[in-house]
Amino acid sequence: MSDTRDRLSFLVVSLAVVIATYLIFGSTAIVVLFAIVSLQALREYLTLTHTRRGDHWALLAAFFVVLPFQYILIGVDWYGMSAIMIPVYAFLGLPIVSVLRGDTTRFMERIAEVQWGLMTCVYCISYVPALLMLKIHAFERSGLFLIVFLGLVVHGAALVYSAVQAITDHRIKEQHLGLEVGITVTAGALIGAALSSFTPFLIAQACALGALIACLGLAGSLVMEAVKRDRRVDDWRRSTSSDRGTRGLLDQLERLVFASPVFFHLVRFWWAI
Amino acid sequence: MWRFFVDVPSKNGFIAALAGSLLRGFARLVTGVRGRGVGNGPPINPAVYFANHTSHGDFVLIWTVLPPQLRKHTRPVAGADYWSVGRVRPWLARYVFDAVLIDRGKLDRASDPMAPVLKALDAGQSVIIFPEGTRNQSDAPLLPFKSGLFRLAEARPNVLLVPVWIENLARVMPKGEFLPLPLLCSVTFGAPLPRTPNEPRPAFLVRAASAVTALAPMEA
Repeated sequence: MSDTRDRLSFLVVSLAVVIATYLIFGSTAIVVLFAIVSLQALREYLTLTHTRRGDHWALLAAFFVVLPFQYILIGVDWYGMSAIMIPVYAFLGLPIVSVLRGDTTRFMERIAEVQWGLMTCVYCISYVPALLMLKIHAFERSGLFLIVFLGLVVHGAALVYSAVQAITDHRIKEQHLGLEVGITVTAGALIGAALSSFTPFLIAQACALGALIACLGLAGSLVMEAVKRDRRVDDWRRSTSSDRGTRGLLDQLERLVFASPVFFHLVRFWWAI
Repeated sequence: MWRFFVDVPSKNGFIAALAGSLLRGFARLVTGVRGRGVGNGPPINPAVYFANHTSHGDFVLIWTVLPPQLRKHTRPVAGADYWSVGRVRPWLARYVFDAVLIDRGKLDRASDPMAPVLKALDAGQSVIIFPEGTRNQSDAPLLPFKSGLFRLAEARPNVLLVPVWIENLARVMPKGEFLPLPLLCSVTFGAPLPRTPNEPRPAFLVRAASAVTALAPMEA
C-alpha cells in the first residue's frame, strides 16, 4: 500500500508544482525547474557509477556546462541544436576531456556510464519542458496540457498497477510481466482517452498515445530497475530503514525518461505547426 | 533569538556559530549528505569516532550529520602544523570546530602528542580521528592504521570506539582539484568496536580497520 501512496503523493505534488510554476512564473520557470530536476537526477545517478579521478573535469563539464546548455537551448526554442547537442557534441567531447587526463583504467566503462547518465537524466528529461516549444493550431497553452497529459498517463498507469497489486494483496509478482504490461497499457489508454478533451488529440488518438507512453514508461522502469540491481541498490538514494520514504528523485522519474522523447517526437511530427 | 536558527556552542559567539551553520549548510547543499546509523550508536559521551580519510571535508561531513546534542561535545583531532597557519585557520580550528590540535612532528616532541586528546576525553568530550594519518589517494579502500587509535584505546578502556565510513567524498573533491562535484555522500556509523583485553597492537589495528571498511556499501 505504501508504494501506491508514494506514487500518488508524488503525482499530486509534482503536478501541483508544475502547474503553479507555469501559471505564476511562466514557461521559462518550467525550463529552470526541470533543469534543477535533471541536476538532482544526474547526481543521484553518477553517485552510483565508478568514475575515477581522471573523470573529474568531464563530470564537472557534464554538470555545469552540458546540463545548463541543454536547458538554455530548450528555453530559446532551438530544437535543431537541443536534439543533437548531447548525443553528438557532449558524447564526443566528454571522452576527449577524460582522455586528456591520461588515466585509461576501465576507460570504456567510465565514458559509457557518463554518457548513459547524460542521456537519461539530462537529454530525456529535457524533453518534458521541450513540450512547451510545440505550437499546436488553435490550442493555447498546449505545452502545459501536454506535460500534464504525459505525467498523468505515465504515472497514473503505474499508480493503477500498484493499486491493483495492493488490492490483490501482492499475489501478482514481478514474474507476471505480461499481466503488468496488460494492466499498464489498458490504464494508459483509458486515462489518455479520459483526458482527450483537454488535448489536441481525438479520443482514439489519445487512447493510442496513452497506451504507447504508459508502455514506454513501464519499459523505462524495467531498464532502470535492472541498472539498480546491477549496482545492488534498491533505490537511487540507497535509502535505509532510517530514512524511509525518501527514495531518490530518479526513482520517480524513470518512467518519464523513456516516455517523454517519444511522446515529444510523435506530437511534433503529427500535430505541431 | 538567533539561537533558534543557529544551533550553538554559545561560548564562542554568534559569528563562530553562524560560520559553523553556514559551513554545514554548504556541505549539505553540495553533498546531500545523509547520516546512517547515527541514532543507533550510543549517544553517551565520550566516544572516539574513527573514520576513513580521503578529503579535507571528511570531518565537516561527520560534524554535519551528528545530531546537535552530540555535535556540541564532539571535537575533531587535527594537526597543529596545518591549523596554526595564518589567521583564518586558527580561528576556524579554535572557535568553529573546537579542534583538538596535536603536534604531528616527529622530532623535538617534548610531550605525548596524544595528551590533549586524552584530556578532551577525560573532560567528557568525544573526538573524531582519522587513523590512516593522511588522506588516502590509493585505489585501496583504506591505508594501514597508525597506532594512535590503539594508544587511545589502551589509555582509556571505557571510551567507546565508533567506526565511521565516509562514502564518496573522495570523488566530490579529489586532492588537487579545486571545484567540487555535486555527487551525493553518506556517513555511516557502526556499532562500537568490542574491546578485547590484552590484544596485541597489530591485531587491534587490523580489526579496527576492517570495522570501518565493513560499513562501506556493498557494490559490484
